[in-house]
Amino acid sequence: MNLKPETLAEIEAAIPKYPDPRSAVMPLLHAIQKDQGLLTNEAAEWVAKKLGIEPINVLSVITFYPFFRQHKIGKRHIRVCRTLSCAMAGGAKVCDTMLKEFETELNEVSPDGEVTVEFAECLASCGSAPVMLVDEELHENLDVAKAKALCEKIKAEAKA
Amino acid sequence: MAIHPKEQRLILKYADEEGYTPKIDSYMAHGGYDMLKKAVTMEPQSIIDEVKKSGLRGRGGAGFPCGVKWSFVDRKSGKPIYLICNCDESEPGTFKDRQIVHKDPHQLIEGMMISCFANNVAKAFIYIREEMPHGARILDEAILEAKEKGFVGDNVCGSGYSCDIVVHRGAAAYICGEETGLIESLEGKRANPRIKPPYFPAVLGLYNCPTIVNNVETLCNAVHILQMGAEGFAKIGRPNNTGTRIWCVSGGVQRPGYYEVADVTLGELVNDICGGPLPGRKIKAIIPGGSSMKILKNGERYKGKNPDGSEYDWGLEDIPLDYDGIAAAGSMSGSGGMMVLDDSVSIPAALANLMAFYSHESCGQCTPCREGSLWLKKITSRMVHGQARKEDVDLMLSVADQIAGRTICAFGFAVAWPVQSYIAKFEEEFREYAEQLSDPNADRERIKELACNG
Repeated sequence: MNLKPETLAEIEAAIPKYPDPRSAVMPLLHAIQKDQGLLTNEAAEWVAKKLGIEPINVLSVITFYPFFRQHKIGKRHIRVCRTLSCAMAGGAKVCDTMLKEFETELNEVSPDGEVTVEFAECLASCGSAPVMLVDEELHENLDVAKAKALCEKIKAEAKA
Repeated sequence: MAIHPKEQRLILKYADEEGYTPKIDSYMAHGGYDMLKKAVTMEPQSIIDEVKKSGLRGRGGAGFPCGVKWSFVDRKSGKPIYLICNCDESEPGTFKDRQIVHKDPHQLIEGMMISCFANNVAKAFIYIREEMPHGARILDEAILEAKEKGFVGDNVCGSGYSCDIVVHRGAAAYICGEETGLIESLEGKRANPRIKPPYFPAVLGLYNCPTIVNNVETLCNAVHILQMGAEGFAKIGRPNNTGTRIWCVSGGVQRPGYYEVADVTLGELVNDICGGPLPGRKIKAIIPGGSSMKILKNGERYKGKNPDGSEYDWGLEDIPLDYDGIAAAGSMSGSGGMMVLDDSVSIPAALANLMAFYSHESCGQCTPCREGSLWLKKITSRMVHGQARKEDVDLMLSVADQIAGRTICAFGFAVAWPVQSYIAKFEEEFREYAEQLSDPNADRERIKELACNG
């Protein structure tokens, strides 16, 4: 696997933090997913070898946790909270706006390859609902107008 | 964010002060780490005794006394003792960890280090949910700062005591908030909760070693207990409900947000502090402590006897906002995440939303939970899409009854309680849906939007 030097450094630093190397599975998967964009079977085998465990042990972790993925997504990852507080505050409308603006469907890569819009379960910011994560950045107190503005910003950043 | 006069802040005292930052200099300028310096000069057992005497109850959900939890730790096994800060607060409606981690991370680190010293812990973990990636970075930086100043790592405050803290990022699985599920996850596995007994974390926790799992807010309180003394701390709040609590309020109120209070009623929080319902709306129901808690219906009366023998007769607004008050009204204060449902909210739609959540988050280990939660999602989903069947209400109750108490962990209750309580309190509304006789003026689009489950 062709990992960036900084990813390899992150991996080497993570393992000794734990009394048992197997505990480093999730930090390693986070690092590889950030580097590669997704977690392939090759990645699972690589991590298993690195930690001295079986590939199935790694695959079982990848498939259990919602924020690990085995599929490609767009360049930007948009996750709109769908749980009750956000739903009461108009989260569905915000999500629809994002889909419409990028002419895409839920959970798919937009035709221009720029974004993937997904629903996420509770993002722990219910007091400023509705909210969404764009990559690692939280956007709060959204409405249709703010969602549209955010889409424009993302599109402008894609062109830049 | 302005502090309301009815708030009584300990943990969030400085968090929203102008100019206060998550940096160590800011924390130390406000007396930060003084209590850790004091702690390392004390006998560890005396710290545990102070926490016990303070009456501090865990702020994660179950409300178990913290000092008692610590006293269960097996100290004779010869194995290392671990402490895990549970920062995987995923209960919909709750967002207090975010405030503490983002605004005052050093308070958490100091609280953890005091707790680690008291319990002879040499390695501690903060398990933080991946929905807060920025929070994980803040904690990493804060730990580095604390190490540089000698508050974390080798020879803490020159005392000879050493302890390291590792930040471990989850990957968005709700069940990691359950302490044994969290332990499994930290061991690098699926977060399938363990059977208790024998796997009580105090005896067989992380790597089968004695382990303490405490919530973020709970650990922060260790600083204040040392500062005020157990007796001073116990004076805040009501007996058996000592200290302040951070309540997170969302939904149909004018000022949603987080508020730290002691000894106020539910009405004072919702009406005075949060400004009451939105203009033109009425409160229909309140979920008091996070989405898995039993719902409280506006207009109901709650009657019973106080521990001293006197009787109470409360309306929704009179309920004392603490563990015992909310328990007396038939629900739980849980993690302190209060959701206010106003009269624009369809109860079956709200339930459909939550069933979509719980069926997504079931770890799948126990059949009643795995199959039952999905079944409930399907029933509530078809209900909000106008395809309910006459038998649906009874079927939902039957499924919920067969989940509750029949699973390894309390997640089964988290699925069943909303179903059971929503139907108990709003049966009419469900029956109308089931018979497809719901209000012809009902806003179908709004209902589907609330359910948010396709």
